[in-house]
Amino acid sequence: MSTRIRAATAACAAFTLSASLGGCGLITAETPPNTLTVADYYTAEPGNTALTEILKTCGRATGVNVVREVMPRAQLVPKLLRDGAARTLPDLVLSDNPDLPKLASTGALLPLKGRTDTTGFYKSVLEAGTYNGELYGVAPGVNGLALFYDKAVFRKAGLEPPKTWKELRDSAAELTQTHRYGLALSAVGTEEGSWQYEPFLWGNGGELDGLGSKASVDSLTYWSGLFGDGSVSKSALNWQQSDVAEQFIGGHAAMMVNGSWQLAALDAEKGLDYGVVPLPVPERGDTPVTPLGGEVWAVPKGERQDKATEVLDCVLSPENMYDWARLRADVPARPDVAKRLVKRQPDLAPFIAGVPAARARTTELGTAYPAVSEALYTALHQSVTGTLSPARALKAAQRDARSAVDDH
Amino acid sequence: MTTVVDRPAVPAAGPTPPSSDARAAARRTRLARMSFYVPSVLYLLLFFGYPITANVVMSFQDYTVTSFYDGDAPFNGFANYTAIFTDDLFGASLWHTVVFTFASLVAQFALGLALALYFRRRFPLGSVLRALLLLPWLLPLLVSGTVFRWLLDQDYGVVNQVLLSLHLVSDPVPWLVSPDHAMAAVVIANVWIGVPFNMVILYGGLQSIPPQLYEAASLDGAGAWGKFRHITWPLLRPVSAVVLMLGLIYTVKAFDVVMVLTQGGPADATQLLSTWSYQLSFTNLQFGRGAAVSNVLIVIAMVFALVYLRAVRAEQSER
Repeated sequence: MSTRIRAATAACAAFTLSASLGGCGLITAETPPNTLTVADYYTAEPGNTALTEILKTCGRATGVNVVREVMPRAQLVPKLLRDGAARTLPDLVLSDNPDLPKLASTGALLPLKGRTDTTGFYKSVLEAGTYNGELYGVAPGVNGLALFYDKAVFRKAGLEPPKTWKELRDSAAELTQTHRYGLALSAVGTEEGSWQYEPFLWGNGGELDGLGSKASVDSLTYWSGLFGDGSVSKSALNWQQSDVAEQFIGGHAAMMVNGSWQLAALDAEKGLDYGVVPLPVPERGDTPVTPLGGEVWAVPKGERQDKATEVLDCVLSPENMYDWARLRADVPARPDVAKRLVKRQPDLAPFIAGVPAARARTTELGTAYPAVSEALYTALHQSVTGTLSPARALKAAQRDARSAVDDH
Repeated sequence: MTTVVDRPAVPAAGPTPPSSDARAAARRTRLARMSFYVPSVLYLLLFFGYPITANVVMSFQDYTVTSFYDGDAPFNGFANYTAIFTDDLFGASLWHTVVFTFASLVAQFALGLALALYFRRRFPLGSVLRALLLLPWLLPLLVSGTVFRWLLDQDYGVVNQVLLSLHLVSDPVPWLVSPDHAMAAVVIANVWIGVPFNMVILYGGLQSIPPQLYEAASLDGAGAWGKFRHITWPLLRPVSAVVLMLGLIYTVKAFDVVMVLTQGGPADATQLLSTWSYQLSFTNLQFGRGAAVSNVLIVIAMVFALVYLRAVRAEQSER
């Protein structure tokens, strides 16, 4: 601690004693001795408690006090941009991985290669934290999408969980009844909708930078066909993934596309007997390709960057990674840790199987991803509502995506 | 004003010019008077002038995420404006903004007026009911928006259940998920939110109409419609103008209600200029274009604000 800060603190203490509350809060907040700040959007459980716990553990291990600043997801990036302009960035940031390129492109983030140990991590996990060939973000745990199915419903209908697109379409149609749809998924007009569609796009060989291709059009034709059959409610255009889980829990859908982070909520429901299988693929033998989800830790450059990296190293240690992934129902970022965790949580198996082939959404597009994602979910809506045919919707999306890529 | 009181008497028209003493005093007075403007001028400059100027400047810049950090945003002339004016979405969102604003205003005003007239009559619990009707106004828009999202859900929403059981529709209405219905849905929600404001102001306007006029009209044999047509409506006109103009400026920039209900979807069917501007800036991170769209919105609001100010001035000079 520098003498100046100590003097300020002492003066503050004296002032505080004599005049109860004063302006000292301001001084200490500006230069908190031995304190690191973390910005994140883990407002919901179990992530909220898990994060507080792990930061407490790692703060103790590295001898610093770690303070969280929690905000809703949509506010994190605007806040960080503002902080960047004012040069008051937090010491650690936990951001959604597709947002990382924007943050890294500002030049405010510390390159992590050689500063933190990432040996033994999944290659796909590190790719999700890479921008322009430089590692800026590391995730202790990641997630992906899989197919959840209601075991009781399947047993009664004498069906097996679907493995191919055809089986998915057939069983979804067969299981659709008056008060129950065969399948629930999120097609909401935000990044969530694009992320849920990407496995269908990539699984069929389509690409985000080639939305007009035949493979892309075929995948959208198939996907909107699920709505056309009446197997998926059109309300899905307005459902976030948490809404999808509610539909499934409420028995209004026999299957759903959702992520591993829902496991805890589903397990808490008594009387719900569900199974999880990898997402169906176009043809038997294909590998499902899911987008890689989850938050990455990043360290903004600054005076306390070394201390922050030390805390990050602690968060990424195998032991802490295990606890974190267990509490969050994430897939640990290292295969050896994942292998250990799946013994305890067998439901994670389909998610773990998906990680090696999982793709980061921003690998090809970088900072242009958000604009392309917007073009994509608009095409989804146009196709489902019948405003445009899949081919024309994707052609328009490709045009928008192209101009977005040129701009960035 | 107290400062004016001690103004020294300036000699009336005389051959001698006012002494330098008197001139200094006059200047001091003027300064003192001006100083009363300072707080409000500072406030306006700081909280309106600065952001608007910054927004206008930004709309001529290639402003990216990097610009936030290194402060470097090259000027690109009219490129942002060209980009938005040639975008298909510009025409669409402008049209949606017009439809949304006009439909909301008409419905809010008509319902507000009807309720105000209804509550003018005295009946048991009348004032309690009137107070209860203010609730939509007090609720945060996010809350009412979320509630409407549930009410209007295609499969399990209350609205569809009621319509179905009354046999008014044969299939559930896809309120929020069909491009043909989504605009109606957001207008319905916005009308519900806006009616209390209209009702309160119009109710206040009704109170100021002297009851003797109605008595006289009754003696002359005017019916209910006649009284409304020849007394209420003309005397309520100034208040109506205020309500409509404020409502217009408020509705043109509406954002949250659409954001909660449909995020501008499905397939951009409810994309307004405000939501499009937000999307360009904060989803696509094309801040220059977002600023350009919001400037268009500012110009529209300003035009109506000027119309309003002129109307008020004409009103005052008539008196």
